Amino acid sequence: MKNLDSVFWAYTLGWAIFFGFYLSIAKRSSDLRAEVDRLKKSAPENSQEK
Amino acid sequence: MAKRVLLGAAAVLLVIAAAYASFFVAPQERTMGVLQRIFYFHVSCAWAGLSAFSIGFLANLLYVWKRKEKYDWLGVSCVEVGVAFTTVVLISGPIWAKPAWGIYWTWDARLTSTFILWLLYISYLLLRTLIEEPDRRALLSALFGIFAFIDVPIVFGAIRWWRTQHPAPVIMGGPNSGLAAGMVPTFFFAVFAMHVFMWFLIAERYSLEKMRSDVELLRQEAEAT
Repeated sequence: MKNLDSVFWAYTLGWAIFFGFYLSIAKRSSDLRAEVDRLKKSAPENSQEK
Repeated sequence: MAKRVLLGAAAVLLVIAAAYASFFVAPQERTMGVLQRIFYFHVSCAWAGLSAFSIGFLANLLYVWKRKEKYDWLGVSCVEVGVAFTTVVLISGPIWAKPAWGIYWTWDARLTSTFILWLLYISYLLLRTLIEEPDRRALLSALFGIFAFIDVPIVFGAIRWWRTQHPAPVIMGGPNSGLAAGMVPTFFFAVFAMHVFMWFLIAERYSLEKMRSDVELLRQEAEAT
């Protein structure tokens, strides 16, 4: 079928961009969750030191 | 969280159904054949991107007026999602243009205004990385977002006001325009599906921004103790 490769690449690259964007949100969320845990753990230690 | 999972599942199901309809339900266009099926993806992404920028614009106005951080979170979330959709438009368009027009790109009114729109909102995101103080960052980026939005009606009107390379609009394009009757339901279904997907991405991004603000508060508390 003529031009089917263009249709394939338009859809594939488009969804790859969306997938990459969603992964970047998931990665940033996961990093922030780890940071929240670290800060919550360090908060009692800091108050005990004082 | 449960609402976001449900919204995500609905978005995924809808975009799969829209892709199916684009390939197996909509009729084959006579001149371009299978190539025209990019239309359902390309145009629905373009509309979703412009919708995201429009919601972002309202959030920017509300931030300037009310100075509540939730509007700043919504503003940046919409802009990031809008940039993702516009990137897809700027990639799928040239892939469609090469076999249809014989060229990937030309500095036509619609293409140029869309590219400028993308650059403006990339600048918005860069601007946010340059300002440390949260209130100042929120206000300046809201003001820049309001300025950047000027290009949205230009993108919308470009194919109506100036007849250059990009085809004339098939929806809201006047009396001599329009889609074949068999293509209309698939097109509007694809637009709806892409808007649900857009809402899902905005909800995910908003939750990230809210979490970032919580981390900032925790850091300040940790420094104070």
